[in-house]
Amino acid sequence: MLNPLRSEAEAFRFVLLAVGYFAAIILAATLGGLWAGIGVFAALTLAALVWLVRQREERPPPAAAVRQGAEDERRILVIANETVAGAALFEEIRGRAEEYREEVLVICPALNSPLRHWASDEDSARAAAGERLSRTLAHLREAGVEARGEVGDGDPLQAIEDGIRSFGPDEIVISTHPPGRSQWLEKRVVERARERFATPITHVVVDLEAES
Amino acid sequence: MSAHAEPHAQPGHAGGHGGHPPIANASSRVDARTLGMFLFIASEIMLFGSFFTAYFFTRVVNGSPWPLEPFHLPVYVAGVNTAILVTSSFTMHWALQSIKRGNRAGLKAGLVLTFLMGLAFLLTQMLEYARVGFAPHDGAFGTIFYSLTGLHGAHVLVGLTLLGFATIRAFRGHFSPEHHHGVEIPGIYWHFVDVMWIVVYSTIYIL
Repeated sequence: MLNPLRSEAEAFRFVLLAVGYFAAIILAATLGGLWAGIGVFAALTLAALVWLVRQREERPPPAAAVRQGAEDERRILVIANETVAGAALFEEIRGRAEEYREEVLVICPALNSPLRHWASDEDSARAAAGERLSRTLAHLREAGVEARGEVGDGDPLQAIEDGIRSFGPDEIVISTHPPGRSQWLEKRVVERARERFATPITHVVVDLEAES
Repeated sequence: MSAHAEPHAQPGHAGGHGGHPPIANASSRVDARTLGMFLFIASEIMLFGSFFTAYFFTRVVNGSPWPLEPFHLPVYVAGVNTAILVTSSFTMHWALQSIKRGNRAGLKAGLVLTFLMGLAFLLTQMLEYARVGFAPHDGAFGTIFYSLTGLHGAHVLVGLTLLGFATIRAFRGHFSPEHHHGVEIPGIYWHFVDVMWIVVYSTIYIL
């Protein structure tokens, strides 16, 4: 979840905005009467809401990931949920592992229903994601790929941002179902990730129906 | 070559917790202490919200005159108090920016000034109570006036306590450009107290 005020500096800016906001309303009410004050209140509140929504949509990309690990090492962050055990994703990871000495972090976002999310009932979602993750890591271990895993935030973009901060990847691989069956593609997760993060992103489509 | 999941990645696995609680999910990577202060402030906003609901119910729904005749609210004295409190936010910000740059003198001066301005605000409010001419039992108007300003005053007192600790620690050589949470967290709280006063002053005294 995004926190709009992360520091004292942001809280201080909020004080300045509050001073301006109320000063404008009081000034309008004093000069133009009650309805002028209500009008300025409505206009400023609307402007603040529009700004907040745009801020959410156009958040600046975070600073390029701070690289971690050895110089000759390539770090790959893999974001996948139901497709995490798919053969196409597995081949993609294994193929890359043959080219470089690699460190792979697989993050499974703990996808949850909106109702359970708002009720803070994440245990089953995290448990399911953890089980999928364990199977994939075991599969990768059998193939000799060095990888570790985490269960991430339910929002895939937030999970990527968390992974960038903690892992410092050279590359990100996002795995989804094919178009038409993927909620992530429906929500433009791959495009939005490319807009938001400076790290190169590869999109892998996993068709579990065809694989089975 | 090895593959492994982080302990907290397998909540459903036996042995995943190994006799100790799993590592907390730290999504968004906000420092836990800072996040705790924001959650506390969120609960405070709800507390103030309940008092403001009573205010709007009395004034808008019931249409009671505000202030109740024949009383008058000391708008100008409270305005000066507002200016003092807003200025204290600037000195608080200055104190934190100073320690981030390694300026200890700026940190101490900023904290002392903020503390003194907060104290001046509180003392002025107590004087205002003594001279305002009505009491909490003078109808819904008096009750709401004293409840809202008193609730805010209590928060200023808590803020002053936090600032007092931070100031003492600053004079004892604590805090550095890398470690200054003991200033940052009281600063966030102080700005919250400031914003709440702006809301209280605007609605109770002006509008």
